Amino acid sequence: MSAADALLAILWIGLTLYALLGGADFGAGLWDLLAGGAERGRPQRDLIEHSIGPVWEANHVWLIFVITLFWTAFPTAFAPFAATLYIPLTLAALGIIARGAAFAFRKASEELWLQRLFGAAFAFSSVVTPFFLGAIAGAVASGRVPARIEDGDVLGSWWNPTSVTVGLLAVGACAYLAAVYLCADARRAGQERLAEGFRRRALVTGVVVGVATVAAPLVVRADAPALVAGLTGRALPIALTSVLAGVASLGLLIARRYVLVRVTAALAVAAVIWGWGAAQYPQVLPGLSVPAAAGDPAVLSAVLWVLGIGALLLVPSLVFLFTVFQRERVAR
Amino acid sequence: MSCTAWVAAAATPGDLVAARVQMAFSLGWHIVIACFGVGMPGLAVFAEWRGLSTGDPAWDVLARTWARAMGVLFAVGAVSGTILSFEMGLLWPGLMGPFGDVIGLPFALEGFAFFIEAIFLGIWLYAWDRLPPRIHVLTGVPVLVAGVASAFFVVTANAWMNQPRGFDLVDGDVVGVRPWEAMFNPATPPQTVHMIIAAFMVAGFGMASVYAVGLLRGRRDRHHRLGFLVPFTVAAVLAPVQVVVGDWAAGFLAEYQPLKLAAIEGLSRTTAGASLSLGGIFVDGELRYALEIPNALSLLAHWDPDAVVLGLDQAPPELRPPVNVVHWSFQIMVGIGFALVALGAWLAWSWWRRRDLPGSPWFLRAAVLAGPAAAIALEAGWVVTEVGRQPWVVYGVLLTRDAVNPHPGLVAGLLTVLAVYAVLTVATVAVLRRLARRGPVAPQERTDAR
Repeated sequence: MSAADALLAILWIGLTLYALLGGADFGAGLWDLLAGGAERGRPQRDLIEHSIGPVWEANHVWLIFVITLFWTAFPTAFAPFAATLYIPLTLAALGIIARGAAFAFRKASEELWLQRLFGAAFAFSSVVTPFFLGAIAGAVASGRVPARIEDGDVLGSWWNPTSVTVGLLAVGACAYLAAVYLCADARRAGQERLAEGFRRRALVTGVVVGVATVAAPLVVRADAPALVAGLTGRALPIALTSVLAGVASLGLLIARRYVLVRVTAALAVAAVIWGWGAAQYPQVLPGLSVPAAAGDPAVLSAVLWVLGIGALLLVPSLVFLFTVFQRERVAR
Repeated sequence: MSCTAWVAAAATPGDLVAARVQMAFSLGWHIVIACFGVGMPGLAVFAEWRGLSTGDPAWDVLARTWARAMGVLFAVGAVSGTILSFEMGLLWPGLMGPFGDVIGLPFALEGFAFFIEAIFLGIWLYAWDRLPPRIHVLTGVPVLVAGVASAFFVVTANAWMNQPRGFDLVDGDVVGVRPWEAMFNPATPPQTVHMIIAAFMVAGFGMASVYAVGLLRGRRDRHHRLGFLVPFTVAAVLAPVQVVVGDWAAGFLAEYQPLKLAAIEGLSRTTAGASLSLGGIFVDGELRYALEIPNALSLLAHWDPDAVVLGLDQAPPELRPPVNVVHWSFQIMVGIGFALVALGAWLAWSWWRRRDLPGSPWFLRAAVLAGPAAAIALEAGWVVTEVGRQPWVVYGVLLTRDAVNPHPGLVAGLLTVLAVYAVLTVATVAVLRRLARRGPVAPQERTDAR
């Protein structure tokens, strides 16, 4: 495995973790939006705020990690990627601003009208942002980002059947991940009724998103033939893993095994991302393969060392973060 | 791809201006918030530690009050910083394509620093009741260390834009990259130290000015006095240090970026025994109406009153930075810097004589202004660094106009971004004002989720 391949794998791990952890946070925002009126929706919103409050900033850093690693490891691909997709990137960026700021503002506000205002901004941008991020992924996956900046189509690259489909699937996957994640949190907080509510939502979104994901290649077949060929060819085992994990998740949800279902639900979503990667490899952009897109070898090896040493700091810190907040509260 | 291919894809002048304004605006916005991210954790952890070691509840109240503001400021800082990483590519693909790997290493390091910061901030803010107090105060320490480290790494990338090193250009292609050499370039030491001290000054004077308002309104309780004195003292002690570091940074310019120094001083011609110019306007290639101090510039830049200082004539007119903007930004930064030193000296004198704040309300009025003034000095200093490098984005290597995204529509993007930032600014100020008005948080009142 070359240094460039190793960095691509790390980049993909980062992307997967952002999709799972950040995705669950985005999905929580969607459920916040659908929680109903201020009084009726309060328990649900309280649970959401309680669950994502301590972790969302750390989950968000995966996105910055992916972006900076992208330009460091594959600068020749990053430049046309960012230049061509500047419209959805700008819109996603503004959604990220609105979401993060509004979440913190709502927590710091006491008046109901302000909580409502910031809550609406948080929830609305939680739905819009994953759509644009998904559309960006769809643009790359369907080969619509050419390797030369000047050749890029700033509108058609992301406003097309594949991008819109992937964007909608991204919103759905976030909703599903969040519902699954919140089931266990609600039960741990002793709120069985909320847990039942999220279980129902997880089952419905799981079925809808699962069927849509399996059907999506039919929609995009004419639009992105290479992607579909890859998914049904080399990436088929990974795609089947996703289906199996999805079906298992529904079974576990029915059986109310909320901790275990987190694993299978994450696997179902992660496998879609890795299936895409396997279908497209080694092309980063059309005509631009991994070795050609990679940066200078000296940089790649330096960054690999930094990532290796950094992981020694990062992994225990992340484990500490998640264990502190997944444990029962210590008595005061 | 070669640099010349990127040059061929240059955008229209209107899009270049829009891209520059958008970058300047979003970076200028983020940089103020980021200063609080660097400066506040140290002060809050100090207060928490004092509360633990003395048992004095006033310290604990202070730490928890600051924690609430930090929750808001960190969220806003994290998301406004994310936008910048997007903008690096969507506005400046001509920089990131050829040089993304050259400046990648500090960003990889910064990623880890930011991770550690976000993780431990989440723990510190929300686990106040979940961890034993002595462990809890320790979880604040990585936030402080990682905040300073983040600032260091990001500024090294900017230092590289001022002193590009660690690569070779062969027929316009970037080859033979030496990432550590790129990161630790001659601009790195003065620029990083200057910025980190600036961050502590902005946070310190900014926090103190909130309490100065309360003190002026007659709230002279222990909470307000501590809340004023601790951040103000830290910032005031750093103010004279910053003057020395600033001189070091100017000495760096004299040696490595003489054109920027010439723009700062409005020095048209290369001169021996150059004088220092205060004020004045640069018209028709000359600085007019300035107060001149003979030989002072040569003395400050080279420690020799008769030394030769290079003027703007060292470069052809199209490669010179806009003099008035750079000259006046520098004057504002230095003027505010010395005013802040004087304000600190006022408090030190009063404390030495009678162990108390100066009795004059003018001191507190000045202290209220010190927070915004420090932020203005920060912005002015940043304008000196960035505009003083123009028209280059990578000094002497890549012109800004050759780095910009060649696609049309950047003006519309700018207008959208400005509108969102206008709303964000209003909301941030409104929320922070409400937090400040709500007053101190009692120790028994929990600061975590519910």
